[in-house]
Amino acid sequence: MTATLLDIRKLSVDIARGRRALRVVNDVSLTVEPGEAVGLVGESGSGKSMTAFAVMNLFPSPLARVAAGQVVLNGQDLTSLPADALRRVRGAQVGMVFQDPTSYLDPLMPVGRQIAEPLRAHGRTDGIDARVLELLDLMELPQAVAVARKYPHELSGGMRQRILIAAALAMKPALLIADEPTTALDVTVQAGILKLLTKLRRELQLGILLITHDLAVVAETCQRVNVMYAGQIIEADAVGPLFKAPRHPYTQGLLASILSPASRAHSLFSIPGGVPIAGQWPSGCRFHPRCPIARPGVCDVLAPELVARGSGADRCHLGGEAVAADAWRTEARSGTRP
Amino acid sequence: MNVAATVGTPFQRAPFLKLLLRKGSTWAALAFIAALVLAAVLAPWVVAHDPLRGGNDALLAPLAAGHWLGTDDLGRDVWARVVFGARISLTIGIASALFAVVVGVVIGALAGYFGGWIDALLMRVAEFFQTLPRFVVALIVIALFGTSVLKMIVVIAALSWPQLARVVRASVATLAQSQFVDAARVAGMGHAAIIAREILPNAAAPIIVLGSLDIAMAILIEASLSFFGLGDANHVSWGAMLNDAQQYLRSAWWMSVFPGLAIALTVLAFNLLGDALNDALNPRGAAR
Amino acid sequence: MTAFILRRLLHAVPLLLAVVVLNFLLIAFTPGDPITLLVGDFPAPPEYLAQMRREYGLDQPLWVQLLRYLGKVAVGDFGFSFANQQPVAALIFDRLGATLELTLTALLFASVVGIAFGVIAARSASARRHGVADSVIQGASSAGYAVPDFWLGQILILVFAIGLGWLPSQGNAPVRGSAPGWAGWVAHLPYLVLPAFALSLRYLTLITRITRAAMLEVMGADYILAARARGASEWTVLVVHALRNAAAPVLAVIGYNVGFVLAGSALIEAVFAWPGIGRLLFESISKRDYPVMLAILLMVSATVVIANLVTDIVHRMIDPRIERA
Repeated sequence: MTATLLDIRKLSVDIARGRRALRVVNDVSLTVEPGEAVGLVGESGSGKSMTAFAVMNLFPSPLARVAAGQVVLNGQDLTSLPADALRRVRGAQVGMVFQDPTSYLDPLMPVGRQIAEPLRAHGRTDGIDARVLELLDLMELPQAVAVARKYPHELSGGMRQRILIAAALAMKPALLIADEPTTALDVTVQAGILKLLTKLRRELQLGILLITHDLAVVAETCQRVNVMYAGQIIEADAVGPLFKAPRHPYTQGLLASILSPASRAHSLFSIPGGVPIAGQWPSGCRFHPRCPIARPGVCDVLAPELVARGSGADRCHLGGEAVAADAWRTEARSGTRP
Repeated sequence: MNVAATVGTPFQRAPFLKLLLRKGSTWAALAFIAALVLAAVLAPWVVAHDPLRGGNDALLAPLAAGHWLGTDDLGRDVWARVVFGARISLTIGIASALFAVVVGVVIGALAGYFGGWIDALLMRVAEFFQTLPRFVVALIVIALFGTSVLKMIVVIAALSWPQLARVVRASVATLAQSQFVDAARVAGMGHAAIIAREILPNAAAPIIVLGSLDIAMAILIEASLSFFGLGDANHVSWGAMLNDAQQYLRSAWWMSVFPGLAIALTVLAFNLLGDALNDALNPRGAAR
Repeated sequence: MTAFILRRLLHAVPLLLAVVVLNFLLIAFTPGDPITLLVGDFPAPPEYLAQMRREYGLDQPLWVQLLRYLGKVAVGDFGFSFANQQPVAALIFDRLGATLELTLTALLFASVVGIAFGVIAARSASARRHGVADSVIQGASSAGYAVPDFWLGQILILVFAIGLGWLPSQGNAPVRGSAPGWAGWVAHLPYLVLPAFALSLRYLTLITRITRAAMLEVMGADYILAARARGASEWTVLVVHALRNAAAPVLAVIGYNVGFVLAGSALIEAVFAWPGIGRLLFESISKRDYPVMLAILLMVSATVVIANLVTDIVHRMIDPRIERA
């Protein structure tokens, strides 16, 4: 029984807004085992990226900070580490790749040097060039020597993303956090990157936390998945059961809005309403204004807890009930379906 | 400098005054400028002595009887001379900035609106003027052609207009493409009317900001010219006072400190005002 | 790249030409007899005046005069200074070294310190909303920019030379004459401190401002976050990544404002009696020595044009993305 690689416990992230603080990630807990890919799914504004940044305590804005909870990596609580100890963890025990490879690479530095950066930053002095070439090979990039000398703008989008991944894995970290790694890439290139991630996971026993809004990506790459809405996890399960029988109405809605060949003839389905603005969450269950089976007096008053059910867990008052199993059925019927 | 590309002059947007007066330093700058203008206008009533007439009490230290800032080498009251010096500085500063704005706006608008060879030619001319080191040229032109308040205003304005012209040209060129200009043209408005009534009010923001900064620069140039002995001898000037002070540094530090402080504070005030106007008129660029 | 350089050179030539023409026009249209202008207020025999008239071709049409002037400038003949009884070119050449020393020191000091302060201010501003270091540096910059350099020179003299007696206030060498070689050079350094500092201050504040702004824009960039995610040290992030990317606008400001420093040197040399070209200008103005004045104007303008040209080229060289113009 190997120890859990990453254990996020009741994490909360606040963003300072004037005098108040907005809690954009609320009491989130999830785990990643070694060699396992776990997905974190949600629409924009769900707080999924903030959760990812919180692991390394590296936020794009100086206004964001970890307000509560712990991030335990290989038994070590990262939230309690001082700045220089945390710097030694970054890039060495956990690596991160980001959404748009173009803006995440220094335009004035050859990519080989950027891949070597974590090696130098953590005190390694020799064998750097060899390691860089080794990584480029691992990323399936041909002509590694020539590529290492190039500048980011001389490479294609897919190649740049592979460079980012190479840099993230340079020090052989056990965990890779991937924040929307394929969103900015062409569809054809996406598949290549995802296949690469799966190969790396298997060969290197790499644990991956994959953040995305695209359920199809999760289906292809992950073993377990957590669904986030309005800063909270509202459902967690193994991938198979979740896709076969999603329990939370939001998850069901998400799955229903993915077009499958069978539904080509039908009208587009989308969850009515919009994601609530941070700070203006509905009372009680945050999803209740958009939920087809919301029960007045319960769902708009009481905030539901995350309850273990079956192989996973979900956050719904009506979790065990029959109507929850296909919450949108009546909605679908009210549309124009032949 | 961002172009305020939205329709409607920046002043019409409600929070303009609120944004402008956000910082304490802006309040201080405005207050100082108001006080300075008031003192300059009411100069004869604010001071007790004739700034041009010396007496027997030469080189008195500050806080001497009747001369709270002391006297200079010819017995003239320093406070009186500082107050009267404001007249020249403000006059030349504001007049030359105004002049530069007018010339810059006209040339910039023509270049931006008509484009083509007019644009190329005018911008080459602007570039030439901009290359010339402002102070050295002003120095030499005044030295050659003689000095007077008017000449100084003209020379300083002639060296300040290019920067304004370039900015105006950029704004006008962008705005000339927009739809409300097309609408005006279809409605039969002539070129001049379009430029004056439709385009320029929307390009006002950078003009105002640069105008304020130009006032500060003009005051500095005038002080420098006067320091070199090229000021108008009929008027009291801070720069000329510093020229006098040069020989008496060892014996009369107050001859240098007070006029210099006056220049520094005035320039600072106009610079702060320019910055505050920039923040208020371009809220998008003011995040940091 | 060479194509770009050639184009910029081609662009600069008409500018230089225009400067020379402007010079000529100033001579031609100044009130008074041009010859008396060139001779200044000095007594000269009438035969000499007549000879000068012929030599300068004042009986010729204006455009011929212009060509003759261009010819003279091209060979470095800037006329004769009656006040100093020397050819102008030689006079300027004598004083050039002192001015170069002063301006280059000021430029270097302002650049290094300005960039350092700009980086510190940007770091402070991005680490927390209202960093203390940032506010202090910004306030000091605003104040420093408003201070006239010649007044600053006087204040520095009052405080450091007269008040504290630490540093000399006039000239660039001890009056008694300096020892030759190394010792002499070291002995004259204290004379350089105050004037160089006074000259550099306003320029320094400009550089601080642009460095801070450029750094802030760069530090918000994604690749900075990515570098931190790889465990890069703060120094690496600030200097190797951020500063290099922010370098382009900073270098542009440094280069395009060289004229600023040149102009300021005239005032500073007057205050500190520094024996350079600025002081020569000051003297020539009070003595109405027109050939010297005009020659200096020409030289300064030409230097600015060349400095702008060099800055353009360096600017292009720094950013590998804009290789193909």
